[in-house]
Amino acid sequence: MIIKQLSVFLENKSGRLNEVSQLLGDAGINLSALSVADTSEFGILRLIASDPDKAYQVLKAADFSVKLTDVVCLNSPNVPGALAKALNILSSEEVFIEYLYAFSMDKQSANIVLKPDDIEKCIQVLQKHQLELVKASDLYKI
Amino acid sequence: MIWNEKIECASRDEMKALQSERLIDTVQRIYHSIPSYRKKMQEVGLVPGDIKSIDDLSKLPFTTKQDLRDNYPFGMFTVPMSEIVRVHASSGTTGKPTVVGYTRKDLNTWAEVVTRTLCMAGVHRNDMVQIAYGYGLFTGGLGMHYGCENLGASVIPISGGNTQKQLQLMQDFGTSVIACTPSYSLFLAEAMEEAGIKKEDLNLRVGIFGAEPWTEEMRREIESKLGLKAIDIYGLSEVIGPGVSCECEHQCGMHINEDHFVPEIIHPETLEPMPAGEVGELVFTTVTKEGIPIIRYRTRDLTRLIYDQCACGRTLVRMEKCKGRSDDMLIIRGVNVFPSQIESVLLDMSETEPHYLLIVEREGNLDSLKLMVEVQEQFFSDEVKKLEVLRKKITHNIQSTLGISVQVKLVEPKTIERTAGKAKRVIDNRKI
Repeated sequence: MIIKQLSVFLENKSGRLNEVSQLLGDAGINLSALSVADTSEFGILRLIASDPDKAYQVLKAADFSVKLTDVVCLNSPNVPGALAKALNILSSEEVFIEYLYAFSMDKQSANIVLKPDDIEKCIQVLQKHQLELVKASDLYKI
Repeated sequence: MIWNEKIECASRDEMKALQSERLIDTVQRIYHSIPSYRKKMQEVGLVPGDIKSIDDLSKLPFTTKQDLRDNYPFGMFTVPMSEIVRVHASSGTTGKPTVVGYTRKDLNTWAEVVTRTLCMAGVHRNDMVQIAYGYGLFTGGLGMHYGCENLGASVIPISGGNTQKQLQLMQDFGTSVIACTPSYSLFLAEAMEEAGIKKEDLNLRVGIFGAEPWTEEMRREIESKLGLKAIDIYGLSEVIGPGVSCECEHQCGMHINEDHFVPEIIHPETLEPMPAGEVGELVFTTVTKEGIPIIRYRTRDLTRLIYDQCACGRTLVRMEKCKGRSDDMLIIRGVNVFPSQIESVLLDMSETEPHYLLIVEREGNLDSLKLMVEVQEQFFSDEVKKLEVLRKKITHNIQSTLGISVQVKLVEPKTIERTAGKAKRVIDNRKI
């Protein structure tokens, strides 16, 4: 259930994101999802790769500050109110979200990648409420 | 006015005779009371009797800041503590500060030399002197203070900072002489501008500026903005504090009070004495101090000595404005900063060796310090707020260590250029 997300430290200067995607592309690594958190001075690139360990090695070899972070991915129906419902549950059970990003695959469902403060508890809560978690192996394949 | 004409205008022969007599006595005292220095002399096969005149000075071993640290706190004092009436300490912000002690006679000597420098600067007993150097362990404030009192000028012991109050007293008390760091004087000038105070509203006549390097351009700017004559003063606590040397009204090099502090110029690498007039590292031997006399102290300041007689009539040797340092110490807003201090702060926050680059700029007239820190894995968190916390923590720890503000920027690994595998630590963009 736990998904290994890659986090990469990027300075705010042109060409850096490009360089990361080029390196991963050349290594035959596919990306399922990515998001960038930015501040005025730096950004953190977060991505889900087809082979997280290999992607980690590739970026590390190129001197990037990179880290594998545990996240979970929730599969939610692609209908109004579905995200709110899931977040309500987490909030009422006191699971706090550090950040999230989401993407829709089709008309039926959407994937929400979550970084909770307590990942074990988050998984328990989601499972208790019969919310669907995406398996790591499935997510890497997208 | 020349305060001590007999000394300040003595012939070279008279000066050398005085220095010789005093050096012989100093070497005797140190040899018999400081085991670490006696050992140094024994290592090169010297006994006090080998020192017969000031010409033998270059035979003696050097003293460094490290020697003072190794003998912390009072190991270099040559008199019992009952004779010590005051201690000062330099801004040793990492590890141990360097501590110096003064006997009553030392304090009198100090007041005498500061009084001479005030006269060189053109200060007299009718002046109102605002001392905006810090009072306390730093020698700047109290050193100037007793010199001014000895001269008979009126002292405003306001100490550093509190700019609004400085301006208020300058107006209300009719301050005619200001003593502070050159960069602070320009800060005052900016504050005056903001408050709508014109130099004509003030009574300033002379500024005595020291404790940090400054340029001729800065001098012109200070003089035009504050409407005073800007005089450069030099000193270091290991020698005595302010008053080691100072410019006269001709502003053509700082007259060294060489009957107390004998200067030499050595090659910073070979350590051999340099021919007269060449630039090298300035070395001082104190020949009258009792508390902590010091032989051949390496100041790490680079300058040259001028032996020609000055237009003011003084024969005291002059030193030019310091041209730089022979070590990696930076003087930023009057504060001594060693890159190793930054390194130890960063090391305290992580397990491995940090990569960083210090960039010193002079923006407007104030020095600014920027620090780039590479975000190695030990620092990296994938949450923005944690990185912001890290940045603030680095900023705070460095500020509290150095006592000056710093702007921290987090950068990617390997951003900082490495030459021959070794990272460059400092870029000083100030044109000093």
